[in-house]
Amino acid sequence: MRDTTSALFEFLLRQGDNALVLGHRTSEWCGMAPVIEEDIALANIALDLIGQAKLWLEYAGEQEEAGRSANDLAFLRDAYDFRNLLMLELPNEDFGRTIMRHFLFDAFQVPWLEALSESSDQRVSDIAQKASKEATYHLERSEYAVIGLGDGTEESNRRMQNALTDLWPFAGEAFRDDNIDRAMHDAAISPLPSMLQPVWKIKVQSTFQLAYLTPPDSEFAHSGGRIGFRHTEHLGHMLATMQFLQRAYPGATW
Amino acid sequence: MVTSVALSKDQIWDWLDSVPDPEIPVISIVDLGVVRDVAVSEGGVLITITPTYTGCPAMSVIAFDIETALAQKGVKKITLETQIAPAWTTDWLSEKGRARLEDYGIAPPQAAGGPERCPQCKSSNVERISQFGSTPCKAQWRCKSCMEPFDYFKCI
Repeated sequence: MRDTTSALFEFLLRQGDNALVLGHRTSEWCGMAPVIEEDIALANIALDLIGQAKLWLEYAGEQEEAGRSANDLAFLRDAYDFRNLLMLELPNEDFGRTIMRHFLFDAFQVPWLEALSESSDQRVSDIAQKASKEATYHLERSEYAVIGLGDGTEESNRRMQNALTDLWPFAGEAFRDDNIDRAMHDAAISPLPSMLQPVWKIKVQSTFQLAYLTPPDSEFAHSGGRIGFRHTEHLGHMLATMQFLQRAYPGATW
Repeated sequence: MVTSVALSKDQIWDWLDSVPDPEIPVISIVDLGVVRDVAVSEGGVLITITPTYTGCPAMSVIAFDIETALAQKGVKKITLETQIAPAWTTDWLSEKGRARLEDYGIAPPQAAGGPERCPQCKSSNVERISQFGSTPCKAQWRCKSCMEPFDYFKCI
């Protein structure tokens, strides 16, 4: 029983940390995006993701039974305790890379959340159903933007191709099963992530075809983020900004 | 002063229908479908609310406004509960709410995924500017007849 509970805690951290880390990265665009409509869109997406992170981390804290709130988990853990995909913690770089990252993630997140909506764990199912609506809306936009920029000017195509080439080796981490995934699968809480890879591949490949983009011909995937083994050097810098207030003024509220 | 015995559910719903949405004050939180349930018992009133979007920053303001409105009516014990399932949908917008949105200049949601017509000049010659807008629940559109931009209430 204890094993399933701690596996569930890890599983919930993975969901929450993906949303939180990408949400924070996306919020860094606030006031910086190329046009105001995109600025507003990115701020809204960040808000959705941070809202989802709160729901997952709240539940994670309850499962852990150590009295940690969603805020404690978000602001008082160090880099090695985060369980997000490496791709999501990478710096934003240019607008094309931000859009490409969202697309690669959204194309995974939509079928993943749909599957979690059928979870044997009622709370997981409830959160997934809520988040699924937002993710579907995000995918609609990121897919449209990838096609628009890929099939745009020479410059925008070049940038999108660079983004795809850079991010592709990070995209596969989401589908690498481990013991936590197997425990969740056995308890019918979630499918194995690897089961979703074929659906994801069809989605991204058909989009890239329309966008005149070619993913590298490689299955290699950087990993270590979602199992907490190794993060990139970028996460610590991101947390230094994100967590500054709670670290400097513990318990501050407004 | 109202005693808890005298409180009826309908009365509470009525009072809640006068609490405006903090971001779109022409509609009430009942019109918006954010209030999911009202239960009256000996001890007090239990109100169940649901967020429109997971990150909607108006939720804490809505909770505060509910407590204030009911306290002003003399309700002594108010408990608020947040539920996320079933997930909020624009299907829950009331007809009154939809009409008020349009009068205010916000095109109400349509299952087709875009506004039926410009809320100002009523032309159906409209185009999308952005899928997102000034609040999580809105997108930006433009009327090609009167050339005015307008908000569209996203359909989810």
